[in-house]
Amino acid sequence: MFELRKDIFADERDDNLKEIGQPTQRQDMLGHVTGTSTYYDDHRIAGLLHLKVLRSPHAHARIRSIDDAAAARAPGVKRIIRAADVPVNLNTLLSLIQFGKDDEPSLANDIVRYKGEPILGIVATSERAAIEALGLVRVSYDQLPAVFDVEEALKPGAPSVNATYPKNTFEYHGKYDHQKLRYGDVEAGFAQADVVLEERYQMSPIEHAPVETNGSIAVPDTNGRFVVYTSTQALFFSLDTAAKINAVPSNQLHFIGGTVGGGFGGKVDTMTEPLVILAARLTGAPVRYRFSRHEEMQFGAPRGAERIYVKDGVMRDGRIVARKVRAYFDSGAYTRLSSYAVVKCVAHIPGPYTIPNAHADVYCVFTNRTPATAMRGFGVTALDFALECQMDKLAVAIGMDPIEFRILNAYRDGDMKAHRREAKNCALIECAQVAAEKANWPLREQFRRMSSRIGGGADRTAAGVDRSRAPTPAAPARTAAAAPQRVAYERPAPPAPTPPPARGAPPPPPSPPAGSTHGAPRFSSVFGTRRR
Amino acid sequence: MSVNVKTFARLADAASALANERGARFMGGGTVLMRLINDTNPAVETVVRSTDQSLLHLAVSSGRIELGSGVTMAAVLAERDLAFLHAAARAVGGPAIREAATVGGNLFARTPYGDFATALLALDATVTLAVGLGQRELPLEEFLDRRERGTSLVSAVAFKRPAAEAFRFLKVTRVHPRGVSVLSIAAQLPLASGRITGARIAFGGMNRTPVRAKAAERALEGRALDAAGIAPALAVAAEGTAPADDAIASAWWRREILPVHLRRLLIGPGQA
Amino acid sequence: MKTPVQFRLNGEDVAAFAESGANLLDVLREVVGDLSVKGGCWQGSCGACTVLIDGAPRLSCLTLAESIAGRSIETAAGLRRGAELHPLQIAFMERFAAQCGYCTSGMLMAAKALLDRNPSPTREDVVEALGGNICRCTGYEPIIQAVLDAASGDRRRRA
Ligand SMILES: Cc1cc2nc3c(=O)[nH]c(=O)nc-3n(C[C@H](O)[C@H](O)[C@H](O)COP(=O)(O)OP(=O)(O)OC[C@H]3O[C@@H](n4cnc5c(N)ncnc54)[C@H](O)[C@@H]3O)c2cc1C
Ligand code: FES
Ligand code: FES
Repeated sequence: MFELRKDIFADERDDNLKEIGQPTQRQDMLGHVTGTSTYYDDHRIAGLLHLKVLRSPHAHARIRSIDDAAAARAPGVKRIIRAADVPVNLNTLLSLIQFGKDDEPSLANDIVRYKGEPILGIVATSERAAIEALGLVRVSYDQLPAVFDVEEALKPGAPSVNATYPKNTFEYHGKYDHQKLRYGDVEAGFAQADVVLEERYQMSPIEHAPVETNGSIAVPDTNGRFVVYTSTQALFFSLDTAAKINAVPSNQLHFIGGTVGGGFGGKVDTMTEPLVILAARLTGAPVRYRFSRHEEMQFGAPRGAERIYVKDGVMRDGRIVARKVRAYFDSGAYTRLSSYAVVKCVAHIPGPYTIPNAHADVYCVFTNRTPATAMRGFGVTALDFALECQMDKLAVAIGMDPIEFRILNAYRDGDMKAHRREAKNCALIECAQVAAEKANWPLREQFRRMSSRIGGGADRTAAGVDRSRAPTPAAPARTAAAAPQRVAYERPAPPAPTPPPARGAPPPPPSPPAGSTHGAPRFSSVFGTRRR
Repeated sequence: MSVNVKTFARLADAASALANERGARFMGGGTVLMRLINDTNPAVETVVRSTDQSLLHLAVSSGRIELGSGVTMAAVLAERDLAFLHAAARAVGGPAIREAATVGGNLFARTPYGDFATALLALDATVTLAVGLGQRELPLEEFLDRRERGTSLVSAVAFKRPAAEAFRFLKVTRVHPRGVSVLSIAAQLPLASGRITGARIAFGGMNRTPVRAKAAERALEGRALDAAGIAPALAVAAEGTAPADDAIASAWWRREILPVHLRRLLIGPGQA
Repeated sequence: MKTPVQFRLNGEDVAAFAESGANLLDVLREVVGDLSVKGGCWQGSCGACTVLIDGAPRLSCLTLAESIAGRSIETAAGLRRGAELHPLQIAFMERFAAQCGYCTSGMLMAAKALLDRNPSPTREDVVEALGGNICRCTGYEPIIQAVLDAASGDRRRRA
């Protein structure tokens, strides 16, 4: 059950606060349990029309011709929306903060770049009528070679996916095809290391699957304004995007959102609003555009796939001396937010560990897959999966306990990070200690005593089994040669009746934290490092 | 265009509408059919319903059991005399699905659905079709083999009550408590002085429709229900199956785990 | 083509014209105006649209509207009695059993179906009863606890 360990860093915090640390009810909870919270689709609007889009059946194809004459005559059809009807038919989400170039049409012009890309919209008196009319549209395609793998997409001769970025990589700072991190000298680190381990990790796309699918309703208001009810989780972001694509001043759009039926990052892409507003403008009537469950799962942007190579050099005493990462983010056919995920990824390398030599090259790659987007910690999640799997493997390789191994290498206040900023407010050591305690995982005394504070831990070289000073394995209790303690990452037998560590695992630091940086203001390292 | 719904008080009228209307489908509980309608599937133009009470007929005697095609999974679960079928009925969807899902509809559900039909197959059930003003009875196996072509209305299924403890059912799923089958297995294992005689085994999820595991049935004939006795049956379990690769599992995986679960169903997990 | 249907909704008589072939979810929301019922898939997979029909839990998205003529429907909108919340509603609030809230109406109705028939369910009964309802936010545990709380009537209980 939930437990706040207020004993940790108690001296650095004022607990005499009214709200922080106190349970608080959600303000929308009563609405939720009475079924009265208003989601975007909970408005009864007279004369509502419905928009549905025709989606590409091919991952990469040139559109030769579109015949929508029969659809236009179908019962209930009010309007067909074609690519030429979209006022600004090229956009990229982060153009709002001048990051990246416009690369994605709202309706495909001449080429479709992923299976499911919208080609044409039909506005009709019911969803059913719109779907039936879509079945009457005839499109002829010339299929083009497609690429679905990030590394294949970077090979010479690979099909070019995105016209704005013909080399299949996002462009950073107007010229670089990837983001770099350079700190120390990794090659020297590998040369010095006792063990070098290189592994490959990858993650498939993950669908957010919110229970409420993406959707929005645009209602014509007076004075040429439109009221837009939307499921967006980024209201003003969606408003500005919709205004740009429709070439209207943003004060003509009144966005109403707030209660979102689950987003998790999957409702920032503004996938429905620009077209539904256009549909309302073209018909003069209120229009709803709501994803079916199938559209949500198949074409709604997922967390993107990633492939990550990690190469580490580690000493037998437990210190990681070099970490080199090469990673590829699968952005799908268009940028959306993957460019930003890469920046976050690089900002997170080498993980929460103090490593003197770090090196990373991370690519945002275009493929003919569904465009990827944000999802809960994106840019970091898959990388952390890779790094923590790697940490376990390294611990086994040198015969060290995996938690002690992490405690030994964890950031402590005052350490220099690979991004040349001092580590502040560190707490991983304490987390690991408490986790070990909860799991009855035995830690050696010196690891139970370490702390994240400046001077709060033993010297890293002295803490582990210092093989550099004891080259002959006199009593190497925890080396790879002598059977490693827990090769299979299994829970050990409960510890012998050693007295449990005192509550408040970290003992008081040897001296008061004179130069403690806990409580210092934090700041985002993501765009802080971005040069314009 | 909206779907045409035609409701008939008499089964025979429903049967003839089903046979004669273009793009007509009979509606049982609608748990599959309504999805098609909600998706604007052009194949469904007319829905035929019947309020004929005979569809809800449920007769349990010591020998023969009859279930009207409109009997729901929830109704099967409410019947204490059908306890041996409860595992199979409970395997179909969640509680709300089971309130609607009918026996008849399960005979048509596409693989990997069809858990209840799999159980009926191992019970050697027969299917009764309403044809014109009369009825026609045929073995379930034959019905399943031809179901894609048929436009006839199923009015009921019937089978002999299995010997006590002789019937077993198991469903393998990846999502708990309720998920679609990776596969399901039903077995009727009559024992005569410790030996199996006339075993009936059916697999769901291993083919286009639920299928009998005839090779395994033959290999069990005259054998004891123990590790040595069932070994030959496990070896031939996958014979004649043609599972699909789908979002739930790959064909390879289904074939790999089939004997493992068959063994568990026959003698329990502990006894290798 | 439209078909008239009459039924009881949360104790009141309702008459509506349903599009032929329409599902109960769309009719409740768009014709009758009961917006407490939510739709997440229109294919039976999410449970957000769960209502009670004559006391049994049913997925309104898979229910042909005209098949409910003369039946009695309960939705989340009818759970409270005047100003007084249903014990399930109180327990859901106290257990923090909703985040985005989109699954909540369906969860409440699935839970009500259980408690109406079985006032003292085990944890396994609750898990089974909610087995057709998806929640992407809460991780289920608070919801299970809330239903158990509501059943035991002990709203003050804390683990
Ligand atoms: C979320 C979800 C989970 C599910 N999980 C499972 C599961 O775990 N296992 C499983 O087996 N199934 C599952 N199903 C599928 C389905 O619910 C069952 O197979 C159910 O038994 C189908 O019965 P029904 O009465 O609802 O069929 P309907 O939808 O009414 O009909 C299905 C098909 O059969 C035809 N049909 C129905 N009755 C007759 C009849 N008497 N004569 C002629 N034709 C008829 C219909 O025309 C239609 O083509 C699931 C469905 C959903 C939506
Ligand atoms: S909307 Fe009915 S189950 Fe999802
Ligand atoms: S609270 Fe969001 S889906 Fe359950």
